[in-house]
Amino acid sequence: MAMLSIVVLLPIGALLLQGAQFGLGNIWDTVNRERVWAALFLSFKLAFFAALFNLIFGVLLAWVLVRYRFPGKRLIDAAVDLPFALPTAVAGIALTALYAPNGVLGSLAAQIGWKIAYTQWGIFLALVFVGLPFVTRTVQPVVEEIETEVEEVSATLGASRFYTMRHVILPMLTPAALTGFALALARAVGEYGSVIFIAGNIPLKTEIAPLLIVIQLEEFNYDAAGAIGIAMLVISFAMLLSINLIQIFSRRRIGHV
Amino acid sequence: MSDFTVAQPRPLPARPTKFRRATEESPLTRVTLILLTVGGLALLVFAPLLVVFAEAMADGWATSVASLGNREAWSAIRLTLLITAMAVPMNAVFGIAAAWFITKFDFRGKAFLITLIDLPFSVSPVVAGLCLVLLFGANSMLGGWLVAHGYPIVFAVPGIVLATVFVTFPFVARELIPVMIEQGRTEEEAALTLGASGWRTFRTVTLPNIRWALLYGTLLCTARAMGEFGAVSVVSGKIRGQTATMPITIEMMYNEYLSVAAFSMAALLTALALITLTLKTVMELRLSDQLSATRRH
Repeated sequence: MAMLSIVVLLPIGALLLQGAQFGLGNIWDTVNRERVWAALFLSFKLAFFAALFNLIFGVLLAWVLVRYRFPGKRLIDAAVDLPFALPTAVAGIALTALYAPNGVLGSLAAQIGWKIAYTQWGIFLALVFVGLPFVTRTVQPVVEEIETEVEEVSATLGASRFYTMRHVILPMLTPAALTGFALALARAVGEYGSVIFIAGNIPLKTEIAPLLIVIQLEEFNYDAAGAIGIAMLVISFAMLLSINLIQIFSRRRIGHV
Repeated sequence: MSDFTVAQPRPLPARPTKFRRATEESPLTRVTLILLTVGGLALLVFAPLLVVFAEAMADGWATSVASLGNREAWSAIRLTLLITAMAVPMNAVFGIAAAWFITKFDFRGKAFLITLIDLPFSVSPVVAGLCLVLLFGANSMLGGWLVAHGYPIVFAVPGIVLATVFVTFPFVARELIPVMIEQGRTEEEAALTLGASGWRTFRTVTLPNIRWALLYGTLLCTARAMGEFGAVSVVSGKIRGQTATMPITIEMMYNEYLSVAAFSMAALLTALALITLTLKTVMELRLSDQLSATRRH
């Protein structure tokens, strides 16, 4: 347990201590600037939408992987984990090369006037990539556990397939899906490596909060870096807390599945 | 020999009415869903994977191999291997200790401890790096003292190891805890009542039981440790040939428009990631066998 405290608690304590020395008023002054607000807002907004996309796509993917049989399924199943295994910097340069205006897919998109890399779309794409496995991997075991009898009962009682999906299956998946959503969100908010390559990093437009911290650090402005770091910690804890509350609420409503 | 044949009444083509099971979607829905998900994965996962290798080979094999041979690239590869070799055993030992402590003993604040172990997952790697800089940086109390005594941590190898350990902290423990909860304590208790020492119990009873989960967790930890970028880029200082790991070197080369060199190193890391994935898939099969074996008890 000593190691836990040295490796995890001490550093976070140092950040909070730095913040305390700097003072709450000063932290507020640092954060309350247009550029910082823009970066924080961008980080959390895009992380939220990317996690939302992953929520829907991940549940679909889990369903397809468990219930359907098609050639290459094993390969697809293994590929879901690739974003975990692939270093984020590699993902970043690969996505940029692919979706840049002169890249293979980027040039296609450019023909219909859709710029992906170096815009917020690019950041969104990178965040979707890093958060991809979370929802699928938390929902998959739950789908495996569902007994088809439940669906049969629902069907014999006259429910359409869609009705069964909506009122029988989805509620069972909700808690696990929300857990995955929270994990994907936390990961996306803090993501740095894959985003900085594709973002273009234009202040006020495509500059994410972690990058702002790095910029402050490179100028040896530890106070400002600490202040933004604390702001990020506080907001992400508040978000995770509210997701946990929603989860408790949904568990209570549906019963323990 | 008769020339005519009696026309046999042809049997009606057997066309069994196809019933769709009530627990299945219509074929159209199924095909749409499969195409949608596979297509999504192709755009998001397979295409970038191909691009890494295509860009690395843009100027042919020889150029990309040569780009890995220079001193800078070589020192980055060595450094990454060194960091991984140091961080992974630390986290493996810690993961076993934490999982053992959490599953085999009852104490207050267990939920809090589990939350603490998961903490590095919800903290941005950049913030983690920032924390380390604040703690060990040359102008903090502890860091100043260490630098004065000749042990710089930040902008040196120990800092990178610490950052890597922080980020990969939860992997092993998280894999072990469910397996160890599943297995319960009875086997250890039996060993202890038969007079085995604590260490012997661990070595001959616990360890064989958790072996696959341990390997699996270690593997995930290794993959993440080799590729860690955010936290390392903050604490490393990016000194060429000294504190630049492979991902950092990729970034530097990319920013200098050395595309082939950057993608060659990226291809090397990707190959390692693919090996990890293959091993992981194999291990998952073993692990699920083991889990179902314990469930049968």
